[in-house]
Amino acid sequence: MTEGNRLATGGRIDRSKPLHFTFNGKPYTGFRGDTLASALLANGVRLTARSFKYHRPRGIVGAGVEEPATLVELMGDDASGNRPATTVPLTEGLAAKAVNCWPSLAFDIGAVNQLASRFIPAGFYYKTFKWPNWHFYERPIRKAAGLAAAPSEPPAKGHYETRYGHCDVLIAGTGPAGLMAALTAARAGLRVMIADEGSEAGGSLLSRRLTIGGVDAMDWVAKAVAELAALPNVTHLQNATVWGYREHNYLMVAERAPANPSLLERTWRVRAGHVITATGAIERGLVFGNNDRPGVMLASAVQSYVNRYGVAPGKRAVVFTDNNSAYSVAADLVAAGVEVRAIVDSRDAVPDEARAIVPGIEIMAGKCVTEAQGTRQIRSVAVAAKTGGSARILSCNLLAMSGGWNPTVHLWSQSRSTLRYDDPLASFLPDAPAQAVSAAGAANGALTLQDALRSGAEAAAKIASVQPPAIPDAPDLPYAMEPLWRVETAKGKAFLDLQNDVTVDDIHLALREGYSNVEHVKRYTTGGMGFDQGKTGNINIIGTVALAQGLAMEQVGTTTFRAPYTPVSFGAIGGLREGTVALPYRHTPITEWNLAQGAFMYEAGARWRRPGYFPRAGEGLQEATNRECRAVRFGVGVYDGSPLGTFELKGRDVGRFLDYLYSNVMSSLKPGNGRYGLMLSDDGLIMDDGVCFRLDEHRWIISTSTGHADAINGHMEEMLQTRFPGWNVFITTVTSQWNNATICGPKAREVMAALGTDIDLSPEAFPFMTVRDGTVAGLPARVVRVSFTGELSFEVNVAPRHMRALWAKVMEAGAPFGILPVGSEASHVLRVEKGFLSLGHEVDGTVDAYDLGMGWAMSKKKPDYLGKRAVAIRREAGGPRRELVGVIPEPDRQIPEGAPLTPGGRREKTEGFVTACVWSVVHERWVGLALLDNGHARHGETAHVRLKGGEVIPVRVTAPCHYDPDGDKLRS
Amino acid sequence: MMQIPCPFCGPRNESEFSFGGPVKPPRPDPAAVSDVEWTAWLTQVPNPLGPVQEQWWHVRGCGTWLTIWRDTRTHEIVEAPDDGR
Repeated sequence: MTEGNRLATGGRIDRSKPLHFTFNGKPYTGFRGDTLASALLANGVRLTARSFKYHRPRGIVGAGVEEPATLVELMGDDASGNRPATTVPLTEGLAAKAVNCWPSLAFDIGAVNQLASRFIPAGFYYKTFKWPNWHFYERPIRKAAGLAAAPSEPPAKGHYETRYGHCDVLIAGTGPAGLMAALTAARAGLRVMIADEGSEAGGSLLSRRLTIGGVDAMDWVAKAVAELAALPNVTHLQNATVWGYREHNYLMVAERAPANPSLLERTWRVRAGHVITATGAIERGLVFGNNDRPGVMLASAVQSYVNRYGVAPGKRAVVFTDNNSAYSVAADLVAAGVEVRAIVDSRDAVPDEARAIVPGIEIMAGKCVTEAQGTRQIRSVAVAAKTGGSARILSCNLLAMSGGWNPTVHLWSQSRSTLRYDDPLASFLPDAPAQAVSAAGAANGALTLQDALRSGAEAAAKIASVQPPAIPDAPDLPYAMEPLWRVETAKGKAFLDLQNDVTVDDIHLALREGYSNVEHVKRYTTGGMGFDQGKTGNINIIGTVALAQGLAMEQVGTTTFRAPYTPVSFGAIGGLREGTVALPYRHTPITEWNLAQGAFMYEAGARWRRPGYFPRAGEGLQEATNRECRAVRFGVGVYDGSPLGTFELKGRDVGRFLDYLYSNVMSSLKPGNGRYGLMLSDDGLIMDDGVCFRLDEHRWIISTSTGHADAINGHMEEMLQTRFPGWNVFITTVTSQWNNATICGPKAREVMAALGTDIDLSPEAFPFMTVRDGTVAGLPARVVRVSFTGELSFEVNVAPRHMRALWAKVMEAGAPFGILPVGSEASHVLRVEKGFLSLGHEVDGTVDAYDLGMGWAMSKKKPDYLGKRAVAIRREAGGPRRELVGVIPEPDRQIPEGAPLTPGGRREKTEGFVTACVWSVVHERWVGLALLDNGHARHGETAHVRLKGGEVIPVRVTAPCHYDPDGDKLRS
Repeated sequence: MMQIPCPFCGPRNESEFSFGGPVKPPRPDPAAVSDVEWTAWLTQVPNPLGPVQEQWWHVRGCGTWLTIWRDTRTHEIVEAPDDGR
């Protein structure tokens, strides 16, 4: 393929490295150093996109992140959607296609929208797609809008990662101001981090032909980069966008091409002592008729293509400007051999220094381009006086436009620092910093080279408390402008936001319909809400609003600048978290054994993966659960109780500390003994339940429910550190220091004996609710007689490194007794049979200990403990309480958990609900628990469950405990 | 993400901490106050638009509970735990 528009020489491309790529299936070539946009322009591809709403033909407008028109979808290994072609580095084999057109770019069916455009103004969607609801229309509209689809698969190769960064100064931008700031700060010894979105350092200098200190500006850049690279206190990132500025100087940086080949992208989370935003400025377009036609480009972009990429984006150019900077573009075009027909300048008086650099070019002062002519690319432009009158047609295929410069204040503004409107620049500039941040260079309104260098040096010198260095001589055309917010005599659609197809007429419509605040204008018209976030058009929108309302720019103000500055891939945000869960699961040493047994695993509190049940061939959940329950009730079972929250408390004051935390008395426990207890919060609600054992005079061990372990840890530390800082108590989390196998069932003692232990297992020597240290199966163990099943139980605790050995020995010793592993489902059945409460089932934030029939746990003796006063106040208020009862469904059937109880089963206010219902293996029928108004007084009565749909199930009300109410079994 | 000054560990990322809520007045002796006073202490927490004294738990660090004064409008930490010590 020929590259028709490539200049013979010049540019920062490597002409010895040709690269092949395809665009919409057609093959092209470019060079290393090209972007997709520059390569397309070099190949003479002018029509590169269709617009979002009207499907108008569009070309390439910008040269960087500001690009509003040409979004592409990348395919293959690079798959990603909606990438501005100007920011896609050209690589060998790159495959891209235009978004927003079907079936093809040249013949786009959606283009009929152009004919109907008068019927689809701003707010059209809001007004039209209301009946029956938006979702009725959403799918076809999204298809018609047709931006690129998200890639269906994550990248096949490589990973994303996140890294923390710390520095004294973070400098965003490696243009002249950023580099000067970096040199100044680094030479002063500060830890400096520099991040720049470009593929190489230099910023605007990459696209200009300027000198610094008498040498080519890019030679100065190379020297500066080399000096920084040699300093150990400097971290320099290119291809790295500072995209978010958060509180306490915390910034997000997306590094797109880390040196490590296995890394796709890296996110830096940087905490900076100080930030310098040297983010440059973005040129804004001009607003005239058909200002979106392919061939209408930002003047700075034209300059960039000519100087940086060696591409002439057209053969015959017209320049349209309201300021000086476009004159240097005209001069560079002439130097590159492009014909410049005329410079159309909306100002009546053009400064002499601007005229001086474009000798021989016609300057049409006080004139405006009213219209670009041509459809798939421009053929000519119409030029008339600002006030109207007859137009002169200038034939051209390139219009370089410049509406002035907007300092890139996005990061500054994200830091919550304020902006002010500057009349000479007709734009918003940094005003008062809200954090440790300064702006430098063009981002601070220093729009000529020497000013930018000085501004960067001064900003850094101030932070480093050093004298700013001497600034090299850097001649540049002085900047001057008179804002032209829009051409009032424009013919045809005049676009403010090319990406979202927002025109001057749309803004006027929004204002007429009462959306006068600039934030409302934005949302009603969608102006500035595209991927480009209105980088080229927003200030023109504000200007259009100001003109229409007769307001000053600062009265209109800006919309809020939000992160991200440019789009960030989800992968970069997610980092290495590539799995399906945000937080990793926790496992016990028995997980592999469980999986080998075919256990059905699920999460059971605090991200612990536990076996739900162990199905055998042909068994479902219910059959497996029944079998496991029968083993515990009539033989022996074992479960892995390791996830239970466990804490060791040490110190002289543990007794009184526990008396404050628990509602019952713990300080009276003798060493070796334990007690079940409730922990209340000070508002009287039950936070947790568990057992508490005294190991010796000053050592205690407590257990909490699995899911509440972390919360209880925080609670205990808070109470200790903030209420009793003088008390001698040390709290250590030992949940993962002890694992346990809990052997339970009538044959548990036989299994313990078969395992071999030096602990006397007789009920007299080792009664219920005591703890013994010794060896079990030759392993050092702490054995606790505590029961969550209602059966004789030995909780054998060992160090995690011994857990697998213990488990294997338990299964071996228990085999003659038919021991079975027991999952969470069976545990649930067993505890419901016993009427043991479960937090989240029976304890729901309304019940207190009395309601649960556990008034004995509310100490009368202790003058104060957490929750005592609140419970007393609530009970004094009187009124019916929902109290825990057992329920026996009659007829025998399952009741869904949570099903409401209503008086007589009538459609009335509920009087309670069923908290649990299980198939009881001892009764061979369904039994349940419920919270029922005045339930304690209603044992023996019939209550009624009312299901959704009106079905009524009578239930007999009983005491909560369905099995062994006297506890003979668990004490045996 | 805020940076919170821990008196033992120095400035650390907010992600190392767990929020402990605004600091309430000291817990009164429940036997010495009326129901109304007790309920007020229990349920009313400071909620100013501006500086508030609040507790944080350095749970993924040294484990200390600390207090700071934070401006709820700006996140500025206007007084740190070892200020004035």
